[in-house]
Amino acid sequence: MRRLYWTLAALLSHWRRHPLQLFSVLAGLWLATSLWAGVQALNSQARDSYARASQLLGGAERYSLVARDGGWFAQQHFIELRRAGWPVSPLLQGRLRLHGQGEQRLQLIGIEPLTLPAGGALAGQPFERLELTAFLGRPGRSWIAAETLAELGLQAGAQPLSASGQRLPPLTVWPQLAPGVLLVDIGVAQRLLDAPGQVSRLLLPAAFARAAPPLPAALAAQLVLQRGDEGADLAQLTDSFHLNLSALGLLAFVVGLFIVHAAIGLALEQRRVLLRNLRTCGVSLRGLLVALVMELGALALLAGVAGLLSGYAVAAWLLPDVAASLRSLYGAEVAGRLSLAPHWWLGGLLVCLLGALLAGAGSLLRAARLPLLALAQPEAWQQAQARWLRRQGWLAALLGGVALFALLFGDSLALGFVLLAALLLGAALALPVGLNLLLEAWLPHCRTPLAQWFVADSRQQLPGLALALMALLLALAANIGVGSMTAGFRQTFSGWLDQRLAAELYLMPVDASQAAAIEAWLAGQPQVRALLPSWRVELQLQGWPAQLTGIRAQAHYREHWPLLSASAQAWQRLQRQQGLMLSEQLARRLDLQLGERLRLPTPSGAWELEVLGIYADYGNPRGHLLVEAAGLQRHWPGLAPRSFSLRLPAAEVPALIQALQEEFALDDSRVIDQAALKAWSGRVFERTFAATAALNSLTLGVAALALLISLLTLGQTRLSQLAPLWALGVGRTRLAWLSLGQTLLLAVLTLLLALPLGLLLAWCLVAVINVQAFGWRLPLQVFPGQLLQLFGLALLATLLAAAWPLWQLGRSTPAALLRSFADER
Amino acid sequence: MRGQHARISLALLAGLLLLAACDAETPAPAAGFAGLGGAAQGFARVEPGRLLGFPADHGAHPDYRIEWWYLTANLQDAQGRPWGVQWTLFRNALQPGSREADWRNQNLWMGHAALTGPDGHRHAETFARGGIGQAGVVAEPLQAWIDDWQLRSRSPANGGLGELELQARGEGFSYRLRLTSERPPVLQGAQGFSQKSGQGQASYYYSQPFFQAEGSLLVDGKRHAVKGQAWLDREWSSQPLAPDQQGWDWFSLHLQSGEKLMLFQVRQADGAHYRAGTWIHADGRAEPLSQADIQMQPVRFSRVAGRRLPTAWTLRIAAKDFAIDTTPLQEQAWMATRFPYWEGPIRFSGSHPGVGYLEMTGY
Repeated sequence: MRRLYWTLAALLSHWRRHPLQLFSVLAGLWLATSLWAGVQALNSQARDSYARASQLLGGAERYSLVARDGGWFAQQHFIELRRAGWPVSPLLQGRLRLHGQGEQRLQLIGIEPLTLPAGGALAGQPFERLELTAFLGRPGRSWIAAETLAELGLQAGAQPLSASGQRLPPLTVWPQLAPGVLLVDIGVAQRLLDAPGQVSRLLLPAAFARAAPPLPAALAAQLVLQRGDEGADLAQLTDSFHLNLSALGLLAFVVGLFIVHAAIGLALEQRRVLLRNLRTCGVSLRGLLVALVMELGALALLAGVAGLLSGYAVAAWLLPDVAASLRSLYGAEVAGRLSLAPHWWLGGLLVCLLGALLAGAGSLLRAARLPLLALAQPEAWQQAQARWLRRQGWLAALLGGVALFALLFGDSLALGFVLLAALLLGAALALPVGLNLLLEAWLPHCRTPLAQWFVADSRQQLPGLALALMALLLALAANIGVGSMTAGFRQTFSGWLDQRLAAELYLMPVDASQAAAIEAWLAGQPQVRALLPSWRVELQLQGWPAQLTGIRAQAHYREHWPLLSASAQAWQRLQRQQGLMLSEQLARRLDLQLGERLRLPTPSGAWELEVLGIYADYGNPRGHLLVEAAGLQRHWPGLAPRSFSLRLPAAEVPALIQALQEEFALDDSRVIDQAALKAWSGRVFERTFAATAALNSLTLGVAALALLISLLTLGQTRLSQLAPLWALGVGRTRLAWLSLGQTLLLAVLTLLLALPLGLLLAWCLVAVINVQAFGWRLPLQVFPGQLLQLFGLALLATLLAAAWPLWQLGRSTPAALLRSFADER
Repeated sequence: MRGQHARISLALLAGLLLLAACDAETPAPAAGFAGLGGAAQGFARVEPGRLLGFPADHGAHPDYRIEWWYLTANLQDAQGRPWGVQWTLFRNALQPGSREADWRNQNLWMGHAALTGPDGHRHAETFARGGIGQAGVVAEPLQAWIDDWQLRSRSPANGGLGELELQARGEGFSYRLRLTSERPPVLQGAQGFSQKSGQGQASYYYSQPFFQAEGSLLVDGKRHAVKGQAWLDREWSSQPLAPDQQGWDWFSLHLQSGEKLMLFQVRQADGAHYRAGTWIHADGRAEPLSQADIQMQPVRFSRVAGRRLPTAWTLRIAAKDFAIDTTPLQEQAWMATRFPYWEGPIRFSGSHPGVGYLEMTGY
């Protein structure tokens, strides 16, 4: 024990003399843990929210009856079914805006607690516990999650007004409720949503639904049994989103570990003599290793705690953006306030410890193999380096093979990420090999001895700087890749949106009777040049939710509905009901090509249609199909239009909106003009990539830090290598400039190599990852301005990182340079 | 005497409303019933002297807090095996006078159905909100329903009770009965003003104990044609319960002589059980029985749902030379509803043999 103590004390004394190395190890671990834990916090927060949404109405297996067109339907159907012995319970769901709360919408869920399926619990709490009388009585209750209440800045018991001026029942905290949800009695929900006598679904007990009794004939044409719950659907739909976040987090983690690996490796090199002395003093190999592991563990623990704390901060900072993108992309509500389970903290620490062990494994192995009596061989570096480079080269080649394999045979998102990981890691490992080859090729062309020294010495610096340069390469490539993809997506998306959103005004009627009334009223408005109704049916195609839309007026769509690929005379044939068109992502999911046939389930049996065209439907996680309205109505009789697109002069739009809102009870979620819709879509887009962009910049920051730390640690050993040159007559200032030149040379070479790698990465993202994750493929676009900007930034980071050690070198006194001769071991 | 039933109904609904009240061993004090509050609170009071009128009073009385339509039938199948059927619709108002025809309606409805046969006892319960059509009662022609359970008048004869159709179903059972009666309803207590307990609680109460019943039962997919007698109780009140009442034992008996008898005792904490009853002559005349007339003595106890219940009784009314011993058709006729109780068919022998129903709560 005592021996262990003294061994540890001797080992730790190293850090006291080299605080910079200590800082590197800690900073690397801290950064790695921080970003990784931050991303994990975001993901677990979101998953927790989905789980709560899923548990709201009693667990995973949920059955309900919904309208075939996905809209609200008459409460009378609920009564008819109850009186036919069906144990259904009505539910009304909608979005509610509160007065004075801006654009934020809450998910309003109206339930009927007396008939909720037996055994069902509300938000995981047994039903009996609820204060039912208060809920059912007057003024009733609005149940809300504590964090949502706090986000709204309201107190329990408050009775805010809805945007349309209706007073809510007193807000009451229900702890396990999903975030962003307002749970009220169905009668209250009908009043708040202005939907008297309307429901959105009828819940069924699983045992009853599994027996699949036939619906009464009168209702079979209108209602359909649906299985599944929103929470599970959300988890499925948002999977890709979270996987992308995880991948970025993992990238940051790897970059951080590079730093740790470099710093620990350097520390071991510098402690070789110490280790040998300890061994010769009688410390057993096991004792030494135990001490080294303990040292590493202690460092990891320290950095891990700091990393978790800052990871929490990072997550809290990114959460609003992530929550906003999830809400607007998937309609998923994620609590805007972080609340993390203990396992997150423990898991984070464990990952940090494992990471530290992984990063230090090489060094520990070398320590274990340390020849007890061999002398230091500082001049043997060249041999060692050659071996090291060969090994790296082979590894890189192997990873390249893996990447190629994943590219050729990959058909899943996971393999897509394997491709990315192999590509990046392989390129990183190949970097020092490549740089070495470049420098080696350059050496014979150097005339002056100083120039030869310049190149040869750069080569010698490679092992020390390699890891930092690799980190820089990774971060740069990731930035180029993600940046190109984002910018390309933005351009494609806005062009697509401009084309697609051609109508000036969009209307969504509340129900069938209002749809008829609106249609009749609009017919009398001379300024409306065209009125394009569309019908909608919700389908499940191979278990994937899809929306079937029926349209008329093909001429308009021909002009404004861009197709990615189409059969000859696609629109004319669609009009003749000879086929359908579908979104790119759905075509991929169902593995359908032009000319193939798809069977749609309808109340009157299967409806088989040929695929006539495929169109982009960016940002829609669900599938989408387009058919001629007449055919849709024939298979689903009695459907009312779900939305109207209106063509009219832009100047007339505000007046028409006002007239519509005066004439019909349409809130602003049901009347949207083109400009508002575009602005909204743009916001959704920006938010979606806000978190990605932020994480990306953080990764670049980590890489810059890695470079700085490597240069700093290297700077300390450089003195002894530069001293001979100084002794030969090269001035200190000149030496400093030469050193700067070396660093910049390596950095610029790395930047140049990062460019093709980044573009390759961008291609992988748009052509592989996006296709697998979201189902759409984007054209690869290169933005030179963006690349130049990034290069400038990277060079600046390199300069800054190099400045401090060089400034120190320039200022080092002749005495210090002389002393380095004496210190030479 | 549905004074007891007043208790069961309130307690049942309280059980629905508040977990605390679910503890059957100790009925919560009346004041503790959430949402029910004190006696006054705007609900109409039960006063003597009100004349009951039919068919109007077959319907709901939303100015009063609690109300029920309670039907029990003692039946026999073709092989002579005995069966029992229970059908109950409870109404409980959170606020007085609520008549809205939408979700704002403050009446809550609860249905209980049970079928007791040679092989056991099956039961079901269901809940509904008032005002939307899932449950309700129309006086003329009488129709009381919740989900697909219903009690429906098929003829205006005999004040609307001349011919009724009854149906309900639960897991593994369903029944459909046709009920006919020729005698007018029996007004309990003083012309339908029925005094409860020693503390002066009261309700409006009338019965139709003279139904002839026939129909069919479906049990686990097997159909049984049945015939027998049925008894309808109608009662409404606003009064809360006395806090010291623990439960009650209630009998409705069809004597072979054609006479009917209703007896009950409310068990009070102080041991002074409050007993009352009505002797209904074969011609429909009702003769109230007082505490002193009635003797009720448990003779056998059984383990039911982890409780000790008196499932066999000796009943005596000295003035009528009445002395019988009762036996349950199924000892385990337990209603494991939100507020559980025992209710099932019985038969009896002695001075006046016959069949009937026994209800026991608060055990």
